[in-house]
Parts: sequence; C-alpha cells; structure tokens
Amino acid sequence: MLTRRSFLQSGVTAAALAAGAGPSRAANAPGVTDSEIKIGQTMPYSGPASAYGVIGRTEAAYFKMINEQGGVNGRKINLISLDDGYSPPKTVEQVRRLVEQEQVAFLFQTLGTPPNTAIRPYCNEQKVPQLFVATGAAKWNDPKHFPWTIGYNPSYQTEARIYAKQILATKPDAKIAILYANDDFGKDYIVGFKEGLGASHAGMIVKEATYENSEPTVDSQVVTLQGSGADLFFIVATPKFAAQAIRKSFDLGWNATRYITNVSVSIATVLKPAGLEKSKGLITGGYVLDVTDPRYKDNPEVKAWKAFTDKYMSAAQYIDANAAYAFGAAATMIQVLKQCGSDLSRENVMKQAANLNKFAAPLLIPGITINTSPDVYDPIRQLQLLTFNGTSWEPSGGILQG
Amino acid sequence: MAGRNGASQIVVALAVAVFALCFPFFASGYHLYQGAQVLILAIALLGLNLLTGFNGQISLGHGAFFAIGGYGTAILITKFGLPYWAAIPLASVVCFGAGFLFGFPALRFGGLYLALATFALAVATPQMLVYKGFDAYTGGAMGLQLSKPHAPFGLPLSADQWLYLFCLAFAAALYWAASNLVRGRVGRALIAIRDQPIAAETMGVDAPLFKTTCFGVSALYAGVAGGLSAIVVGFVSPESFGLPLSLAFLVGLVVGGLASLGGMLFGALFIEFVPNIADQLTVSFGESAKALPGAVYGVLLILVMAVAPLGVAGAVKAAAGAARRAFSSSR
Repeated sequence: MLTRRSFLQSGVTAAALAAGAGPSRAANAPGVTDSEIKIGQTMPYSGPASAYGVIGRTEAAYFKMINEQGGVNGRKINLISLDDGYSPPKTVEQVRRLVEQEQVAFLFQTLGTPPNTAIRPYCNEQKVPQLFVATGAAKWNDPKHFPWTIGYNPSYQTEARIYAKQILATKPDAKIAILYANDDFGKDYIVGFKEGLGASHAGMIVKEATYENSEPTVDSQVVTLQGSGADLFFIVATPKFAAQAIRKSFDLGWNATRYITNVSVSIATVLKPAGLEKSKGLITGGYVLDVTDPRYKDNPEVKAWKAFTDKYMSAAQYIDANAAYAFGAAATMIQVLKQCGSDLSRENVMKQAANLNKFAAPLLIPGITINTSPDVYDPIRQLQLLTFNGTSWEPSGGILQG
Repeated sequence: MAGRNGASQIVVALAVAVFALCFPFFASGYHLYQGAQVLILAIALLGLNLLTGFNGQISLGHGAFFAIGGYGTAILITKFGLPYWAAIPLASVVCFGAGFLFGFPALRFGGLYLALATFALAVATPQMLVYKGFDAYTGGAMGLQLSKPHAPFGLPLSADQWLYLFCLAFAAALYWAASNLVRGRVGRALIAIRDQPIAAETMGVDAPLFKTTCFGVSALYAGVAGGLSAIVVGFVSPESFGLPLSLAFLVGLVVGGLASLGGMLFGALFIEFVPNIADQLTVSFGESAKALPGAVYGVLLILVMAVAPLGVAGAVKAAAGAARRAFSSSR
C-alpha cells in the first residue's frame, strides 16, 4: 500500500536522482537542483490581514535581487508565495500543495499565528523546515516538540521580560500599574513581565486592569489605575487603545513613567492621534530601525534599502516598517543557505537555521543580532530601548537581552 | 424525450459517483485534502440551499453554524474525549438546536432584514469564540488543535484517503436525505411558503413550524460540514470561520444554482478552486499584482454570473435543452 509518507519518500528519491546526487552524500532536499532552490510560503495577500502581504512581496523582490547577482552558490532562489487569505484551512491546503506538488525544499516566513499553528504538525511530521515564521507568539521556540519549526520575531514575552529587567535596574521601588488587552496578546505580555520581575518582586505590581477589544474606550481603566497611586504605567494595548491610554494618562496629570509595547509605537497611527506632546517620555523597545529617522540618514543599510526599493519596489514600501522587517528576514534566510554550502538536505537547512551566530540582519537596530542554537529557537532576543522625545524615538542606553 | 432526459441524468449521476469513489485511489494526498474540502463545502451549500433556494430565507450567517459545528466537534474531542465519529453527529444536533432557535426571530424578518440579522450572526461568532468566559473550552484566539484520525479496523488506507471517504459518506447520505426531503410533501410545503406564503397557509401548511425546522435542518448541514472541516484540517480558530466564509457560501450557492441540489457540487468547486486560480493568475501580471487576488476573483465571479445568470445548474439545463432542440430539429 502506498502510504503518504512512502509516496513522499519516493518523490524525494526521484528528485535526488534527477538532481544527479551521488549515493555517497546526503540527498539534497526536493526542489534543489544544480541551478535552483525552490522554497514555499503562504501569505495573506487577500482577506483581513492583507496589509501584511507586503512582506511576501518584499521577500520575492529581495530574492530577485539575489538572483540577478548570481544566486547563492550558483543556485537561484525560486520563491513560490501563495495566498491563504489568513484562513487556516486554506493555509493547510496551500502548504500541502507546496510540499507535495511543487516539492519545495522548505517553507519560509509563513505568516500569522493561527495559520502557522495549523501547519506546524504537518511540517514536523513530514520533516519539512518551517523557517522564521512571521508571528510574535512565544510558542515557536519549542525545539523539543517541534524541531522543524523556528520563529523569527522577538516574542511578546521576550519583550515584556526586557521591560521588567529594565524597571528592576532603573526604578527598583516602582509601583506598577498595568493596562492590558484581555486576549492572548495581552496575556503573553503579562506572563513575560511577571517572569522578568520574578516572584520576589511580584509585589511591585499594585494594580492591573483589562479591557476588551469591543469596548469603546479605556478611559475608566486608566482612571482606576491612576487611583492606585502607581508611579509606573505599563500600557499593553493595540494602537487604538494605546492612543487613548496615552492621552488619558496625560490629561489626568498622572506623572508616571510610561512603558508601551512595540506593537503600538507608530507615530502616525498612535502617537499623533494621542498628541505628540502628550506622548513625550514614552519608553518602548524596538528591533527594526526606523528608516525615516534622520539619525540613520547615512547608515549604509538604509542607503542599500533605498536603492533596493527604488529599483525593485516603490517609495510607499520604503517607509513601510513591514517591508523593512521582511528585508532583514530574507537576508537571514540567504545567510542560512550560505552556511549550508553544498549540503542542501532538509536536515542541514534546519541545522544551519539553528546555528546562526551574531548575524546582523540588515535594518535591525545597530547592535541587535540574530542568534540561534539547537535548543534556542527564538532568533531575536534583543531590543533597543527607545524614548519618545516629542518628534521621534530616540535610543536610550544599550541593547538589552530578554 | 423525458425518458432520455432522465436516463442521461442517471448516467451523469453514476459517472460522478464512480469518479468520487475511485478518486482516492489515484489522487495524491494534497488532492484528497482538496477533494475533502470540496465535499465539506458542498454539504454546507446543500444546507444553505434548503433554506435559501427552496424556502426563500436568505442567510448571510451560515459561517456561524459551520463554526458551531467545528468548535463543537473540536471541544467534544479535546475536552470530553469523545471519538471524532461520535463528536460530529452530537455537534450537529447542537447546530440543529441553534438553527431552530434562530429560526424563531427569523420568522419576524423577511428578505433583506433576515439577511441583515444573519449577517450580524456571522460577524459576532468569531468574537464570541475568543470571549474570556468560554476560552477554557474554545482555546481563545489560539484555537484548538486536533490530531489526525487514521483509518479504523486496520483498513489499508492512508489518513488522507480515509478522511476523504469519511467526508464522501457524509456528503452522499446528506445529499440523499436532502433530495428525498425536497421531492416529497415537505419539499412542496417549503417551496409553497417561498412562492405563495398566504396560499400555503390557507392550504393548511404550518408556515412557522416549517420555516423554523428548515432553519434547524439547514444549520445541521452546516454543522456537519464544520465538524468534518475541523477534523480534516486538524485545527480550529476564529480565523477559520470569519465573515468571508459566510459570504463564500452565498457565492457558492448562487454560482451553483438556487434550488438545485446537484448544482451545489459546482458551487463547492467554485469556492474551493477559483480563489487559487485567481492567485495563480495574479502571478502572470507581475509582482505588483500580487496584492490583487481579490480583484481577479471578483472579475472571474462577474464573468461566471454574466455567462450563467442562473448558476451552473441553470446553464447546464439550458445547454441540455438547446442541444435537445437542435437534435430534434435536425432529425
């Protein structure tokens, strides 16, 4: 009986024979020939999350540039990027197509927590590398149970741990009030934050308040939190609610140190609606540099990014933070392929993805590097603390490790 | 003439059945997954067609019943340890209850107002699923993961083959049930309520009972489809059951052909494959078009509706009629 696995294995053998691989060395992955490496991806080009589609387009453009420069070790990158509409059933279908029909060597930057959760068992069962998934959940760092899935973004927990450590270092007697979204996003931060403070400092948190995404405002929560007498306000909120919390805490005359999560630091969509003057003094942690910041005007990576977007994309993508993020992720994948050398088996691809050492991906804030090992599957664990000075985010202090 | 028409229908039905049965023995796992998806969508469309096509009640919210079936099945399996084959019928009974109850307020709404009420249901459901009071069961935004069932009794089938056949059995049984339902007394009553509600009531048809029960049965179909989907995909999350799903059902229903049960297979094929085709077509327009699968899908949909305004089933019927006329006039 032809089971799925034996069918796939026969496919692997056929591909290896077609590629002319000798029997003496480990077979290259399917999709790898002397002139090409075929890789797969799912992206929400349609549907509610289609704003992220720019990530897939940037990566395709990046590989086009690499190919025009001669590829990696003479092999061109062929990225097959399919639309899944951010719907997990469609993601499963598209990934099965990529693996079984298109015979890709591995997956790269499949986007979204639910879509990646849906395909993770399949990828690990089939032993197909699921590289650098584009999501901020903490669960991708689980090499023991899912050795074929590796994350990329700093997780919410990592970020929260960094804030906690920073608070312990700079304001050890702070009385902390937290506003957070009552969902997995909010809870991930709380878990990381409490872990970072440690059990002995848990008493520093004097008040917590939650909000539901369906609520019109968080004003009453902010009033309650101020009433607790806290002098440090940690805002774990999505853009709309973050803007409300910033404005309300200022209007109340609450003179607290304010930390805000990385998801709500956009000057255009959060700080301007809240009021730039009212946003002064906010502290956050970042890892992708802001290309519009005049401070980085002469940074060679920013110049390379400008040249890249001029040639392959457009001015709109130049200022898009998601596109800048994708630029770094694509470069990280090329680094993995370079490290693989001539052994492009799936085992080696995974091994090299878990063997990145101080790789400075382009457009990461200078000083932040990518580090992985066989038991550490969260590549970015560092953040640069940033303080808002009324016009832009200004780096303060050194790089912090989560 | 009618006899030849009936005979050709039987031949087509037999060909579809033989193809559907043989499919798992030559198709790849990926195609079997797609095949199972088509069957699942077809089941949901059958249910929606009973409600909208035969009984004239428009629903934009069948994604919600699909979600209840999917989550119900997943919760029964993961939290209560039920086997998957027992979880689906139980979850679909819950769906019947939900649909039946929703049928009561629906009695007070006609036409577009009912469409709006069901639309609200489709919008609300994904949010209800992440509500904190339920997240111990629903898994919140993270959803629930299910393991893939293997073929029972040591049958020499792969998991994909088995799941496809499992879906096929449900689809065949539910198709048979639906076609019996609409051909008999109940079907005539449903159609009478759709076309001439006042006349139907004077004939003694208990319209409220028929309408609410029809809503319940329709929801049951959607629930079975949702349960099968949860098992085949192996994962449920609020993103799986968003508003686009409810709208896709309506598209499939109209493309397949209102009040045509066989047409639902075409409707399911359309909503399963045309988005993929749209995605493929964008590639040929270059990188910058990669953002536009939705636009290409829209154009394809308009084209299909322009060519076949009564759905695929209507077009097939018209083509068969034209062929027959040409055949008899040439003779």
